[in-house]
Amino acid sequence: MKLLQNLFDGMKPNFEKGGKWEKFHTLYEGHRTIAFAPDLVTKSKGAQIKDATDLKRVMITVVIAMIPALLFGILNIGHQHFIATGGEGTFLDKAIFGALTVLPTLIVSYAVGLATEFTFCVIRNHPISEGYLVTGMLIALVMPPFIPLWQVALATVFAVVIGKEVFGGTGMNILNVAMTARAFLYFAYPAQISGDLVWTYLGDKAAVDGFSGATALAVAYNSSIDGTPVVEALTSHNAAIGADYSFMSMFMGWIPGSIGETSTLMALIGAVILVATGVASWKIIVGGFSGAYAMGLVMNALQVTNLWPCRHTTIW
Amino acid sequence: MTKIVKLKKGFDLKLVGKAPLEFLQVVAATTFAIKPSDFPGIQRPKVLVNEGDTVKAGSPILMDKAMDQVIYASPVSGEIVEIKRGDKRKLLEIKILADTTVTHEKFGALDLGQDRATLVEKLAASGVWPNVIQRPYGIVANPADNPKAIFVSGFDTHPLAPEVPFLLQGDERYFQAGIDALAKLTTGKVHLNVDGSKAVPAIFSGIKNAQINQFSGPHPAGNVGTQIHHLDPINKGDIAWTVAPYGVVQIGKFVLEGIYDASKVIVLAGSELTQKGYVKTYTGANVSTFLGDSRQAENLRIIAGNILTGEKVDAQGYLGFYHNQVTVIPEGKYEEFLGWLKPSATKLSFHKAIGMFSFLKSGEFKVDTNTHGEERPFVVTGVFEKVMPMDILPTYLFKAIVTEDFDEMEELGLYEVIEEDVALCEFVDPSKNELQELVRHGIELLMYN
Repeated sequence: MKLLQNLFDGMKPNFEKGGKWEKFHTLYEGHRTIAFAPDLVTKSKGAQIKDATDLKRVMITVVIAMIPALLFGILNIGHQHFIATGGEGTFLDKAIFGALTVLPTLIVSYAVGLATEFTFCVIRNHPISEGYLVTGMLIALVMPPFIPLWQVALATVFAVVIGKEVFGGTGMNILNVAMTARAFLYFAYPAQISGDLVWTYLGDKAAVDGFSGATALAVAYNSSIDGTPVVEALTSHNAAIGADYSFMSMFMGWIPGSIGETSTLMALIGAVILVATGVASWKIIVGGFSGAYAMGLVMNALQVTNLWPCRHTTIW
Repeated sequence: MTKIVKLKKGFDLKLVGKAPLEFLQVVAATTFAIKPSDFPGIQRPKVLVNEGDTVKAGSPILMDKAMDQVIYASPVSGEIVEIKRGDKRKLLEIKILADTTVTHEKFGALDLGQDRATLVEKLAASGVWPNVIQRPYGIVANPADNPKAIFVSGFDTHPLAPEVPFLLQGDERYFQAGIDALAKLTTGKVHLNVDGSKAVPAIFSGIKNAQINQFSGPHPAGNVGTQIHHLDPINKGDIAWTVAPYGVVQIGKFVLEGIYDASKVIVLAGSELTQKGYVKTYTGANVSTFLGDSRQAENLRIIAGNILTGEKVDAQGYLGFYHNQVTVIPEGKYEEFLGWLKPSATKLSFHKAIGMFSFLKSGEFKVDTNTHGEERPFVVTGVFEKVMPMDILPTYLFKAIVTEDFDEMEELGLYEVIEEDVALCEFVDPSKNELQELVRHGIELLMYN
């Protein structure tokens, strides 16, 4: 590793005060601290030792917790594609198809987001923070399988600038950056991020006869209008072409949806990683879900008939 | 009346280099120093001696013009060899070359039957008063105040800290006299808080004029700030005093013998010291003779005080007024390839984030001064709350200080904490912020505005 250290040392004078790239010293520091934990020591007063965990390690833990959802998302996008187009696909075919669909989104999210972040760090002269490691991955996970890359880029720039940097950067933001990106797209380009047609990526093929891209929620809603029992409507949906919305497939995640959204199991694995490593608080997770569930029950109890979703009417 | 408090939050740092309970024979220190920087509340320090003057133990050498009844006295008898000043003639330290046998100023034994005002006046003029610390703010108490209670923590849970009963052995009589004197200074109670996980040590068990409370749990259970919070918390306008056990003994010696006796037992600990144990010396001692063979070694961090709240000194540096410990650990000036990602079970961490397996190891950890990361903005990780056994929200308190929001600082509990109470937060913080410095900044904002 001496070689890499020498390489960094060789470049160092350029980034120091008076060097030709002085303005970009924050980028130099940022990259050096990724390769090497810095040789900083504690100050003379106060705690003389520090915990071995830094923010990079906390953030990478979150990234690792998202990897199951990402990998499953890649596979599922291939799976949904082959179901919808009626082709036969092996595991490998599905994985490759999914990867080719998802990776560009992921790469654009990271590249554009980091470029925006670096620009701000240089202009405002603050150190590069690790927060974007998490955000970049999250932005990809909340996107539909296929979305124009320019939209991803635009949403990422908007989210990083308006969601975070205008407030002073990581730790100062009042909005969740990834969710800001998704909200931006929902309002700016609703056609590509809502409706029944965007959750399965067909590629250049046509869908088979009898295929419907309706999401589980849409199927459940329609069943309440038709009067069919919900469970029956869900399990029979697309059953003719070999897919369904049974409890199991919804739990496993073999359903259309955003890249990292579909699999409850993978999300739970991520949650277990976060809780076991102490990065997330189980109280917040359980609190959030039980709050939503309780409110859902309240809404359900107040429902007269066919009032779902409640935006149609209010009863008070 | 005993109150038993069991604490769960906190973190015990188990470090290599604990000192055995035995006295070491070391060459006695010959120079001693008093530094105004040891006393956070001191505002306008004024030197009362000149270079070349001879002093006795207990002779006034320093005072604060903002609180002129309190005297800071010479710990030993000898000659003032240097009055060191820095930029703008800021007073840094007063150095004293000690006589081989220490002679004391004779004040005469103190009759505790006198009225409170006379007692306070005599204590303040004797040199023992700076042992009395005021909460809020953690500054030398103002003799004019009437505290609602006085708190003494009878044990120290800091890493590698000395065993308090061992420090005080033989001083039982003085300890009781000190408690008696303190009981005269407050209309409330004197609380003596002991380690609830062990039997009450003999020196504390028969104590009169004080309420004994038991605290158990990980560090900071032994911090007096934690104890006050659970016994009688400080709200706006309240004043409480705290005294360390050594301070109680020193006050007791003044009461019974009429002298300012600055002799004290300190502990030498830390992985890099070749000789570890307890030594007898005086307040403000030069640390060089304690270091033994370690003196010549390179890349050492010599700490006056403990690892969490102490102060870096060089090999010719001096102990602070309140220090009873010298700790020596390696400096950590090295880069580590992918240090933020590498799995490790030997690096001490409170966290269990990916690759940090130190929670699986039960033994002692060897630590150095590397920060293991760069300073970053606060990220709400909830980790401060896990090591703070007080009913306050540290993350929001720190943010209130950063934004200098006075109302929030008060409401979020800045009156209840001083540096040592947030030292663990500073240690575990993945964003590596200087939280002790931050808290002192907040306190100064409240004090002087």
